[in-house]
Amino acid sequence: MTKDAQVLPTRTWKKPHFISNPWLRYGFMIGLAVYLVWAFYSLPFNWERIAEGIPRAGQIFGGAFPPSFQRSGLLITGFTESFQIAFLSTLLGVLLSIPISVMAAKNIAPKPVYFLGRGIIIVSRSFHPVIVAILFVAAVGFGPLAGVLTLTLYSIGFVAKLLAEEIEEIDWGQVEAMRSVGASYMKALIYGVFPQILPRQIGLSMYQLDSNLRASAVVGIVGAGGIGGTLMNAFGRYDYDFAFAILLLIIGVILISEGISGWVRKKIW
Amino acid sequence: MVAQSTVVDRMWSRYSRKEQLIRYIVFFITMLTVTWAVSDIDIFWPWVWDAPNQIQSLGSRMWPPNLSNWNAILAAMLETVHIATLATLLTIFIALPVSYIAAQNTTPNKATLWLGRFILVSSRSVNTIIWALLFVAIFGPGVLAGILAVMFRSIGFIGKLMGEAIEEIDKKPVEAMQATGASKFKVVAFAIVPQVMPAFFAIIILRWDINVRESTVLGLVGAGGIGVLLQGSIDTFAWQTVATILLGIVFLVIIGEAITSALRKKVI
Repeated sequence: MTKDAQVLPTRTWKKPHFISNPWLRYGFMIGLAVYLVWAFYSLPFNWERIAEGIPRAGQIFGGAFPPSFQRSGLLITGFTESFQIAFLSTLLGVLLSIPISVMAAKNIAPKPVYFLGRGIIIVSRSFHPVIVAILFVAAVGFGPLAGVLTLTLYSIGFVAKLLAEEIEEIDWGQVEAMRSVGASYMKALIYGVFPQILPRQIGLSMYQLDSNLRASAVVGIVGAGGIGGTLMNAFGRYDYDFAFAILLLIIGVILISEGISGWVRKKIW
Repeated sequence: MVAQSTVVDRMWSRYSRKEQLIRYIVFFITMLTVTWAVSDIDIFWPWVWDAPNQIQSLGSRMWPPNLSNWNAILAAMLETVHIATLATLLTIFIALPVSYIAAQNTTPNKATLWLGRFILVSSRSVNTIIWALLFVAIFGPGVLAGILAVMFRSIGFIGKLMGEAIEEIDKKPVEAMQATGASKFKVVAFAIVPQVMPAFFAIIILRWDINVRESTVLGLVGAGGIGVLLQGSIDTFAWQTVATILLGIVFLVIIGEAITSALRKKVI
């Protein structure tokens, strides 16, 4: 007792380490350092070109100010097309994702159908929309059609996945009640399952519309229609003031659409 | 009595009258927008009906994947991972101070709060590809443009989520530290950092996964990684090589997902 009391005041508190095992801790640090050196040395940096970057940045930003909204006709057509692409692909994607999510929900789909549904979702999620867009542009040609196809696939991957998870978490009692009064599979689905996932479905659609609008600005860069193509052209022709105007408008439109979609989702949930 | 009989006579309907009205209006507006969009969009309709054939023919040209170029593809995949990893690591140093000033409870004053929010919003509203376009114009095609593009997009993501994590911390440790007369730096290091550490690792891991995916497309605008090879193969109609690259990307994404889910289990 007295011994403890003597020892205690001399001890000082030390902050516990985040990784408590010292071997693991120092191993992690050394590993990180080795990786950094390796990565930096193996990457092909073109220093001569990079050194030119600072004056060039000055040139670009000098050319970008003030942003030019003179060719407003092009801007409006570009944004209208982007919106059309986003809207149509959201609608198509959400409609298609309903049957797919039913297929991909473990609790209401038979095993083979479940794997098929999951397979569709995994395939449509594995590629970045821009890669899908290039392939569609190669297959069906330049223009908004490729954009709509790309973003439909993109929407299916996201909406169907979350919807399937939502279906798996429903309150099973309502489905059982429907079944016990002799409802068919379809009726149990429509009156027992869908009302439970509907709020989530609408929220997801709104979210997806917002996210498709963002993505439609990007898929245009590889030729799939919309404002992205206009932006790419402006960059290609060194029209930095016009490109900057497009960029500012994209940011503005995205902020507005984020606001609207957030407002709708808040209303519903 | 009267009330009871009306209750009996009332038909069950799924929605009330107001709900029904709202549904009809929403449906009507949607249909109107669809009609406008379909009639106005610049699509050449015969191409739409031909699209399944075209996609099928493209698919058949891709088969079988051409594996002869595999070591160039592997090197490009490694480069892609390097871009994503370096960008994620470098972003941390910028995103953490930004999240500190963008969180309502730690920001020094109103002006810094709005500055922080402005940085986060402008970073998040511009897509990685568009950032890449800008940096390729500045620094020329290459990995530096790619790293910077991924970084500039990640700052907004990590900064926003970290800012939210900081706003959600338990205030008591902070107050306890302040009551003992700890300096501002010590309060941050000992009361705030330990509380947001798990969130921090979760966010970094999540963003790394996203960055690996995004890095695969950076090359399409010339910013390094596997995308450069993909664009080159598409431009030369080497569809069988394209198929190999696509398989490589799927493989990369799956590995990335496996690593992140393993790390997440370890850390959280």
